[in-house]
Amino acid sequence: MTRPVESAPGLRLLRPVSPAQWVGLSIIAAWVLLAVLAPLVSADPLAQQTADRLQAPSFAHPFGTDQLGRDVLSRVLHGGRATLPIGVSIVLLATLVGVPLGALAGFVRGWLDEAVMRVADLLLALPALVLALAIAAALGPSVSSAVIAIAAVMWPRYARLARGQVLTLRQREFVLADRATGASPAQVLWQTVLPNAAPVVTLVAVLDLGTATLAGATLSFLGLGVQPPTPEWGAMVSTAVQTPEAWWASLFPGFALVSFVVAVNLYGQVFDRKGLGR
Amino acid sequence: MVTPAPADEAAVDTRRPLRRGRRGGRRRSIARRLVTLPFLLLGMTLLMFLISRFLPADPAVAFLGNNGADNQQAVDAFNARYGLDRPLWEQYWIYLDRLLHGDLGTSISTSRPVADELAAAFPATLELAVAALLISLVVGIPLGILAAARRSSLFDRLTGGATLLGVSMPPFVLALLALQVLYLQLGWVAGPGRLDPFLDPPPTVTGLMTIDALLAGRPAVALDVLHHLVLPAVVLGVIHGAFFARVVRSTMVDALRGDFVRTARGKGLSGRVIVGRHAFRFALIPTLSLVGLTFGELFAGAITVETITGWPGVGRYMYNAATKLDFPAVMAGTLLIGIAYVLVNLIVDLLYGVADPRVEAS
Repeated sequence: MTRPVESAPGLRLLRPVSPAQWVGLSIIAAWVLLAVLAPLVSADPLAQQTADRLQAPSFAHPFGTDQLGRDVLSRVLHGGRATLPIGVSIVLLATLVGVPLGALAGFVRGWLDEAVMRVADLLLALPALVLALAIAAALGPSVSSAVIAIAAVMWPRYARLARGQVLTLRQREFVLADRATGASPAQVLWQTVLPNAAPVVTLVAVLDLGTATLAGATLSFLGLGVQPPTPEWGAMVSTAVQTPEAWWASLFPGFALVSFVVAVNLYGQVFDRKGLGR
Repeated sequence: MVTPAPADEAAVDTRRPLRRGRRGGRRRSIARRLVTLPFLLLGMTLLMFLISRFLPADPAVAFLGNNGADNQQAVDAFNARYGLDRPLWEQYWIYLDRLLHGDLGTSISTSRPVADELAAAFPATLELAVAALLISLVVGIPLGILAAARRSSLFDRLTGGATLLGVSMPPFVLALLALQVLYLQLGWVAGPGRLDPFLDPPPTVTGLMTIDALLAGRPAVALDVLHHLVLPAVVLGVIHGAFFARVVRSTMVDALRGDFVRTARGKGLSGRVIVGRHAFRFALIPTLSLVGLTFGELFAGAITVETITGWPGVGRYMYNAATKLDFPAVMAGTLLIGIAYVLVNLIVDLLYGVADPRVEAS
């Protein structure tokens, strides 16, 4: 059975075309690299030097020190090791839940479709972050509950997207041809429909990385995600709010977060303009 | 956290020609919204009920503390008092009954009725949300129009960069930055709180303190409240202004490609008239339809921004409740925000149906 995948846009959709996209990708790559190399290139993010509490940026501590005398630069670099994987996990989990549900709903139709889409409507009718806050609070503060809580409010996006893709794709000639050759419904869905829906879903997932990372950092800021003393950008900002005179302790992790989200959006805005992905 | 909102069903394709029958379609869609509203609200209560019942945290342990939870008698008494020993559907029924009687439960951290605390905090958040919305529209719409009118100019590129930064900005980071610069360094705005502690708050009429102070004939108090409101309102207003600027720019760019603009050019109208009068109206309508959606983001942003700037609204209340794991308060606050959000969206859509000139024209 041949699968004419070339009829869908394919993953070359993700290839950067504009200089802005290259800049965005480079910043993302730089943060990923820094997060991976953090233990090699920076000092211990947990080492406390109580004599050096709340030191302004200097040669020894380029980003200053926080209220426990920890080096803010090391903590920002290590913070990426928590913040970035949390964003990725949120998007992965939301996709893994939303895409199969939406695809099945669109393929089977009937009561399953109705049930999935009504639950999705309900979740989308509430402000996402507020609902995530409630779920995370009920699950108890931890990294996994922050990830689950945000994925729980994000999966409906993917369910809708996958359902829409399946509904359009099932009318296409190559899917009809597949069915005509005697493939079972499960085979049609798994081997022909889903691979063709994958590029668009992947694109949306990549674009959502910014939002998801931000949401994760916000829950950590609210004390419901990463717990101290583990460095994480949102949590670092939250701790540093108590010492407003030491602007460096809060603004550097804040800027790290902003630069990452800007980079993702810089990469993604081309797709917005083309009307893709949203 | 602002994501470009998905095109709502209320959004209008500016390139589509005017068509008869739109009014009928909109009426149907509003009627549909009104019919589904009770189900949506009921669904929200069910969702909040399930979250508070099915998730790992045991309400008895949360209320009594670990020591109290060791005492089986106390746990049984607690469960009996709140009906937790009955079947689930009956519990939901009790929960709904309490809700309809205005009982949102008792706060674990303050032992006061959550409904009273939320009622005191909600007007402050509404005041903040409205002020932020006004700022965002006043900033965003002109920026978007000018950027679209001078497409690809230096100005367009600069606003493009600035608004990208704006929509990528987490409210809590901008709030901190603004607190550092505007309050601590420059001292241009008032610090935490809603009113100078040495001033008497005006008698509560609307709950919006600026308006209450004016109603009481005390402009100095109104000015002081405004002075405190500036910081959180500007933070949220700038972020959403960036979002509106991007939306207006892209709809304007589309509108300027429309046939009616070519006709206007053909008639010899000046660029200013075309942009200011013709294209502007077309671009404004889809923007206004996003106002309702923005409220959801405003409420969410209020959680962190109110906390940092010390504005005593529902957001700060939710933050305190969440950090103390005060479930009744978190659940009730979420429900309140959810209901407010749904109602605001409904009102915006109703007004939008009235304001759409194409509905008038057909």
